[in-house]
Amino acid sequence: MPQIFVENLEKRFRVAERKAGLWGAVRGLVHRRYREVEALHEVSFSIEQGELVGYIGPNGAGKSTTIKILSGILVPSGGRCEVNGLIPWENRIKHVAHIGVVFGQRTQLWWDLPVIESFELLRDIYRVSPADFTRTSDELIELLELSPLLDVPVRQLSLGQRMRCDLAASLIHQPDILFLDEPTIGLDAVAKLAMRSFVQRQNKERGTTVLLTTHDMDDIEALCTRLLLINHGTLLMDGTVKDLRSDERRVLVDFEGVPQLSAEHASFARERNGSRVIFRVRGRVPEFIADITAHYSVHDLMVEHPPIEETVAELYRKSVR
Amino acid sequence: MDRVANALGLYFRLASQSVRAQLQYRLSFVLTSIGGFVTTSVEALGVWALFDRFGQLGSWRLAQVAFLYGLVNCVFAFSEALARGFDIFGKEFVKTGNFDRLLLRPRSTILQLAGHEFQLQRVGRLLQGIIVLTWAIVVLDIDWNAGKVLLLIFTMVSGVVFFYALFIFQATLSFWATESLEIMNTLTYGGVETAQYPLAIYRRWFRRFFTFVIPLGCISYFPAILIFGIEDPLGTGVVFQALSPLAGYLFFAAALGFWFFGIRYYTSTGS
Repeated sequence: MPQIFVENLEKRFRVAERKAGLWGAVRGLVHRRYREVEALHEVSFSIEQGELVGYIGPNGAGKSTTIKILSGILVPSGGRCEVNGLIPWENRIKHVAHIGVVFGQRTQLWWDLPVIESFELLRDIYRVSPADFTRTSDELIELLELSPLLDVPVRQLSLGQRMRCDLAASLIHQPDILFLDEPTIGLDAVAKLAMRSFVQRQNKERGTTVLLTTHDMDDIEALCTRLLLINHGTLLMDGTVKDLRSDERRVLVDFEGVPQLSAEHASFARERNGSRVIFRVRGRVPEFIADITAHYSVHDLMVEHPPIEETVAELYRKSVR
Repeated sequence: MDRVANALGLYFRLASQSVRAQLQYRLSFVLTSIGGFVTTSVEALGVWALFDRFGQLGSWRLAQVAFLYGLVNCVFAFSEALARGFDIFGKEFVKTGNFDRLLLRPRSTILQLAGHEFQLQRVGRLLQGIIVLTWAIVVLDIDWNAGKVLLLIFTMVSGVVFFYALFIFQATLSFWATESLEIMNTLTYGGVETAQYPLAIYRRWFRRFFTFVIPLGCISYFPAILIFGIEDPLGTGVVFQALSPLAGYLFFAAALGFWFFGIRYYTSTGS
């Protein structure tokens, strides 16, 4: 049995339809219509211990719903789900003792308490022994550079500082699995890099399984070997980052002056801007370049992968329901 | 035993946290406590004025009503202070999705919510209740014995538990309706008002409702009759009066059952 096992997971929400305006609100009191929203539809995947998996999809795709079911917060409408051999919502207390969860949008810490007191409360909540607590917290404080923050109430922390503290808080009880829901949202470049390298280290050195949702493809490229892509509650792809990269390349050419492209060459051109033309070529890139340089005078030239965002956006668009 | 000690330990840590936070705003604490004392005292004066004008209420004397009044106010003050986490549950945990945080921790949700806040300002109502109850006990000239003292303590604990259960019911309802919970106030605050007067003065359906459905009478009127040492105009026997506070604990058990049923309907919030 894999560590995380999900089969045909379904989640439907009943949403009250509200009419606009005050009159609509009054009418809603008397007669309310409900609409069923399918947040997850036949989602199946499994994750082995030690994997670092990225979970991506546009807003409202069902990422958070999945994480909430996996972490025992929500009860699904159908399907199976086991984590560490436990059904999360049925064995909630036993289950959550072995997972760590970070929601980028919301802190798990006590708003009015200094950071260190939040950690100490978590120690008591998770029943961590004093010796283990000292060892783990010292290590986390050092790695995430938290010493200057320990006496600051959480509400006074910047977002980047708060995320570091939240990350540490989620690991105080040394969980086997870490769920990160948009951990880099709103962070500056430095904080993002620090977050990534810490997560990577945690995964490599401790073997912690990590499932993270994000909108930042750089997160995915930097961290994840595997990737789940979801939209409209349906899993579109389960594969590696490489799978997202087709054999298509962007060939960016700066010509000497504005070129008069032949019909054949023009058919590859995607963007033209004066003397600069961007071609999209599948396979046979060296031949294409040789052909171009033979026919036109070229000032400079560059070959690159199409940005992963474009591929992903293309997949999202195709999955319109 | 270990588990109970550990749970209690955590409860006290959480509760003392909340007390410390409230004491940071000292003036606000003092003012709201005084406010609570004054508003509830006005109610008490209202009851006194009623008796002053009409002499008595049926066969009931002012001191007997004052006893019921003091009892229910003391008990309710404790419940309000202790069950604050459940009282604000809909607004602060369900509507905001903050309940997620509690569910992510390997502890009972009941324990965590119980420890969420110990509301100090209820001391105003408590103080007022104690004053009225003490006055009533002095004036009533009750023939005290060990049994009656134990019954009074048993009744008070049961009362706290009863109102606590009402707050749990109210919190559970918010899994379905986060806002339309005013109806529960008719049972909590309304219950306090109702229990201030002897159950016997009400109509039959009303008495039955507050005995068998919402056992408010079992934590106030019935045991009080036994403590007064009088015949119950409703005709209940001594055994029933002595055991009736048990209903408060049963009611609490029912509330817990309802809570664990309701939790499955929690839907959290977007992202």
